[in-house]
Amino acid sequence: MQVELRNPNTIMKLSKLGSFHQSKLSFLRSFLNEFKDWEYKKDSFSLDENGYGTAIYSFKKKDRVYSLICFANRINDDERSDRVIATKWDAAFTLYDGVPAQHDIERLKNEVPRQEVGRLSYKELTLSRANKSVRVFNHVVESLSNGKQPNIELLKKVGYLYRTTAVYGSGKFGLADRFRIKNREEINGPFRLEMMLVYLVRQFTFDQVNHIARFRNPKNAVNLDPKICKKLGIGNSTGLGMAPFIVNHPTLLNNWIMSREIALKKIREIKRVNPKEVEIFKRSLKNSIKNITSWNTESEYQQKKIDSLLKNIKKFLIFMNKKFNFEVDYPFNEIYLWLEKETCDESIEYVVSIMMEPFDDIVKPLISQMSSEEDRYFNIPTDRSVKDLKNIIEKRYPDILKINFDKKENYKNFWFISKNKEEPRYANRFEEDGSELEQPLAIARDIKKLHNKILLSKDILTIDKFLSQNSDLRHIVRRAFIIEKFPYAEIQDNTIGDKVIPIDMLRLKLSFFGALKFDPRSDKWLRICMFQGAPLPQELKNFDQQWVYNF
Amino acid sequence: MKSLSEIETTSKRATKAMGFSWGIAEEVGKNIRLLELFGFPGIKNLNEYYKSRRISKFETINLINEKNNSQKFPFCPITLGVSFLDQVRNLEKFSKIIFNKISYPLLILPFLSRSSEILGKKIHLKLDQHEFLLNLNVTISSNLHHEECPIITNITEINIIENKDNFSNDDWENLYKISEETFVDESESLKQGAAGAGLTDND
Repeated sequence: MQVELRNPNTIMKLSKLGSFHQSKLSFLRSFLNEFKDWEYKKDSFSLDENGYGTAIYSFKKKDRVYSLICFANRINDDERSDRVIATKWDAAFTLYDGVPAQHDIERLKNEVPRQEVGRLSYKELTLSRANKSVRVFNHVVESLSNGKQPNIELLKKVGYLYRTTAVYGSGKFGLADRFRIKNREEINGPFRLEMMLVYLVRQFTFDQVNHIARFRNPKNAVNLDPKICKKLGIGNSTGLGMAPFIVNHPTLLNNWIMSREIALKKIREIKRVNPKEVEIFKRSLKNSIKNITSWNTESEYQQKKIDSLLKNIKKFLIFMNKKFNFEVDYPFNEIYLWLEKETCDESIEYVVSIMMEPFDDIVKPLISQMSSEEDRYFNIPTDRSVKDLKNIIEKRYPDILKINFDKKENYKNFWFISKNKEEPRYANRFEEDGSELEQPLAIARDIKKLHNKILLSKDILTIDKFLSQNSDLRHIVRRAFIIEKFPYAEIQDNTIGDKVIPIDMLRLKLSFFGALKFDPRSDKWLRICMFQGAPLPQELKNFDQQWVYNF
Repeated sequence: MKSLSEIETTSKRATKAMGFSWGIAEEVGKNIRLLELFGFPGIKNLNEYYKSRRISKFETINLINEKNNSQKFPFCPITLGVSFLDQVRNLEKFSKIIFNKISYPLLILPFLSRSSEILGKKIHLKLDQHEFLLNLNVTISSNLHHEECPIITNITEINIIENKDNFSNDDWENLYKISEETFVDESESLKQGAAGAGLTDND
């Protein structure tokens, strides 16, 4: 049986993309699998009694070493902010390519804590900073120093000791460009080194609380129980900076979504599944319920989605246990069709992720296809015709062409780069200044404009001639020709309309990172948790592949 | 040291700020990255050009011909480069394309380098006495050495080089003969049995 890939015009709607969940394809999970055979080491740990100082952790295999250098600093409570406008953080980190010499550490000590205003070099691969969750951090230190383990309920509710507020890579602030490392065998998936940084930071947070507790009460202090450590991840506060990324990297976005869609298609096409595969699926599904019940948010928007998810997954479990028989042909196709009929987007995508759990043979080969050589598609095929372009637009953007951009509500917002932080921002063009400096991220509007223009042009006109008269549309002509080859490259929604919920774009990207517990704090930023439940570094050699559902 | 990513982003934004469209700004971003990667002073030339754009006028060229003369002002290297890149398949038929004054001609180099890749042909560029060979966007060789690239050229010649061997037949024959020393002389039995396929194709 042949199952069709899902229709991009449905899948690429923001409401759908904003319902995606982590899966086996997610970057933090593929990172753990890639680096499980590497030698992990805590190379240096020079913190004072209050936990301030420098620590170094590394992963090593043969001649290749990646070293995380951590700088923990004292900051005042009133200086602690998760917003990107902050200038001080509890800790700052960089992932160094190799083993840093003392002069590297001295250089980085001056640069890394300054983050965006510091300068890094091609020897540094990623950069980040993090703030303590003060309430949890202090409670854990206090408990450990008194010889007790902390209150599990409080820890479960928050899920981490520190949260990062940005993780930079790919040439930002002088960091190594991606081309320098992209041919390394271990970098065969996107954001690998960003994931490594976050993972090692998680270990640093455990070592730091143990260290402070020991100094506070050398006689009675105990270490944080590794079982509790495992239940903790690293938090992250994410703002709009992430949203334009998925618009600016269409082929990459396509490859992420395409991998997910191919995985689903192949799983639906399996005629018979064996008992072990059934067991992994059922167990993951059942255990995942506590990921939903422990998903805390004050966002009414998200809470509604969680309530609906929980209700639907419980309904699905009843269906699975009482009515469904895995002996039928193409069982996962039957399940998928049932989900489409009986549940909501949030639930469909949740179960689609879990469907991947038993099928390493399907998922693993797809992971290496999730990167993209974007420059290969940059040149515009100027020898093609306006008719070709028209056909592409009408085939790839059917719903977008229906939007009326004469209506104010359909072009209410604009994307711009803030002069203060050089970060993307989003604002109402009728209330704020600056829309004349709008970034080219209003793809739907520009596609419609291009379509209107080509309707007035001759079909046989070649693109070079069209462009010589329409230079203002060059960026969108390029894009249309890219999209021709990549069906899942484009968000099939208007990203400047009054109904846009920008966090849907963030959630899409974060789900591919492997984030859990999306907690929107407004329609423009959210908090998440990464690596909660993940194996600790010393457990990497042999760990439970379904850890994300089993902690 | 600035990363190539920073170089591309800043060049793109500066180009947009100078009044070019986003699409052209994207081209320039990629180009300056390429120039700097190849070791040419892309940032310096772009910066100087944008400074002069604020006080001087430049001519835009939309349709490139065999001979192109600017009327009043030197050609803008960016619009010239974009037009060349877009029209390169039509320009292939000319044996030589000539321009008179081009301002900051180094900035057309990456457009030609990318055109060379699109055509699958080397391109030879002559900026007055300075010469460049653009090899399918893989390498750029030149006799510029440590001299500064001129800020304006009087005569610019572009040759799209037909794909042909750049060695003599004798050189090839000689080398081939040496390579034959790795071959085994086939005996009758090897002729019969070593090829795998039959000796006749009539069955």
